[in-house]
Amino acid sequence: MLSRISRLGVQAASRARLGQNPATSRNQKEAIGSCINYVGNHTLCSATDATASDRSEQQEAKISVTFVDKDGDEKLINVPIGMSMLEAAHENDIELEGACEGSLACSTCHVIVTDVDYYNKLEDPEDEENDMLDLAFGLTETSRLGCQVIASPELDGIRLALPAATRNFAVDGHVPKPH
Amino acid sequence: MGRGVLPPHARRLMLLLRPMGFSTSAPVASTREPLHVCVVGSGPAGFYTAEKMLKGHEGAQVDIIDRLPTPFGLVRSGVAPDHPETKIVVNQFSRVAANARCSFFGNVTLGSDVSLSELRKTYDVVVLAYGAESDRSFGIPGEGLRGIHSAREFVWWYNGHPDMCNLAPDLKNTDSAVVLGQGNVALDVARILLRCTTELASTDIAGYALDALHSSTIRKVFLVGRRGPAQAACTAKELREILGLKNVHVCIKEADLVTSPADKEEMRNSRIKRRVYELLSKAATVHQEKSNDDRKELHFVFFRKPTRFLPSEDGTTVGAVELEKTLLKDDGVTGKQVAVGTGEFEDLKCGLVLKSIGYKSLPIEGLPFDKYRGVVPNLRGRILSNESETATVEPGLYVVGWLKRGPTGIVATNLHCAEETVASILEDEKKGVLVASSDSKRQGRKGLLEILEQKNTRYVPFHDWEKIDSKEKTSGQLKNKPREKITAWDELLKVAKEG
Repeated sequence: MLSRISRLGVQAASRARLGQNPATSRNQKEAIGSCINYVGNHTLCSATDATASDRSEQQEAKISVTFVDKDGDEKLINVPIGMSMLEAAHENDIELEGACEGSLACSTCHVIVTDVDYYNKLEDPEDEENDMLDLAFGLTETSRLGCQVIASPELDGIRLALPAATRNFAVDGHVPKPH
Repeated sequence: MGRGVLPPHARRLMLLLRPMGFSTSAPVASTREPLHVCVVGSGPAGFYTAEKMLKGHEGAQVDIIDRLPTPFGLVRSGVAPDHPETKIVVNQFSRVAANARCSFFGNVTLGSDVSLSELRKTYDVVVLAYGAESDRSFGIPGEGLRGIHSAREFVWWYNGHPDMCNLAPDLKNTDSAVVLGQGNVALDVARILLRCTTELASTDIAGYALDALHSSTIRKVFLVGRRGPAQAACTAKELREILGLKNVHVCIKEADLVTSPADKEEMRNSRIKRRVYELLSKAATVHQEKSNDDRKELHFVFFRKPTRFLPSEDGTTVGAVELEKTLLKDDGVTGKQVAVGTGEFEDLKCGLVLKSIGYKSLPIEGLPFDKYRGVVPNLRGRILSNESETATVEPGLYVVGWLKRGPTGIVATNLHCAEETVASILEDEKKGVLVASSDSKRQGRKGLLEILEQKNTRYVPFHDWEKIDSKEKTSGQLKNKPREKITAWDELLKVAKEG
């Protein structure tokens, strides 16, 4: 992997050295740009003898996730496979609360999966998650806890909405009020 | 034990949560005029309010006062010792307290150290977040007998609250305890009475409570509710936990699980009730062999309401609770089912009674108060002069948390409650409602410090709480506990001062 990038880099650098012609430099920029894009979109791995399957894994190393906030504003982020949506939100300054820091003891990281097809791709919540969802503010049929939704390739393109006070999405109309 | 067991795919992430956009380092010169805010009470309602205020207004300078030297309200003194994950939120609150525009003042009591009118003269915004420190009572004969405590008192006792460290409930005069109520607090106290003390030994339970529970003779706990399983106020997580306690035999009568059409309707409309009912049903049908006599017993008693507390032989301690059987009837107004007495009575023998029928807020001098609902009359957090339709809004005075909504909800409920109150504050600020009528600007923190100095109040700033925190953690390490709580007032203040 590293060797391929360094080869690209050398090619780009050598192209850059050749001539000052604007046309050529446009090509040079593209070459350098595509090299940088390649590096930027793929996690560099330290193994020098990467196999073909590793390389395809690296291409799927991140998925794109769109967060929709209370006001309807959207933010598209890239999330590494294996990271939870809660962690991803915090790394990208998205206002998703996480009072218990991912230990299934609160419902503050509640997110709504806007597309039911994506919701169905997720594994069913365990009892512990359902217990917390019972108490979530603005619960819907496609609600999950952000700390339990882990980025995987089939979730690429998923959209997650943060529950809003103005939205009356409560499944049962009953406002939960336990201690 | 309890919440310690997580499903395999759940990640227990110790996230390095960022402070969400505001600095925790050197004071940042604000480009806006300061907005002086005082929050009374440092539990979840107070801290979420402070956090939202700091975020919502660049010039906000927020002071949080609390009558205890220790912050965090019920997160420290209410959440059960075997629920440590629920306490993780104090990390977030500590980051708020560390914000350059926020200051904590512990050991400052509204009323004695500083009055409400003094606060209103000193701050542009005063937010009352002091919760509910009293209890609903039954008002039935015998309620004053020894051995009868409110669940709040018992919870404060095992959590080392300095007002209850000397409660000394007698856990050795009986084998039976009756808990009146079936909400999560009722389940908490029942569970603490029943859990193996070896499991409790590694929690932050107060040392004296662990000792008392260790030598407790209580073997049977009755959770008594006046209505049925479809109306039980507890939630699935807590119920699942108590039903799964090892060495506890759970007794639920199958006859109590019969549901009426009205019950079915209630459950159809509520995911929580459905799941609670399913758990209770399953527990009733599991026929457990009563082979191990060492096992303790947990009895769910439905359709019974207490009518009298009867004394034991000594005449001063409770010996039994007289219960009346109930039937559910539509209340004819809200469609809710209420429990109505049938005239059939029975006695339940016990030596300890814990009343868990709800907390109640305390009124203070100069503050409008709705005695019936036990809350301060308000409109989306703006305090009103009274409960009537002709009430006016009190400028600059707001309420949040249990004092605003009544004593229900979980920690997270206060998040949304705080958002609503802060939205009202920011709206009012934009409209110019908060500007002082006289020419002199309000002094905020500087003014509070002057008042406290005049009264000679030894307030506890956050870094002095951190001395208490640190000492508790160090002492706890020696005993394999997350902390060994300091429970006496004078010791708390001493450690705060000297470390």
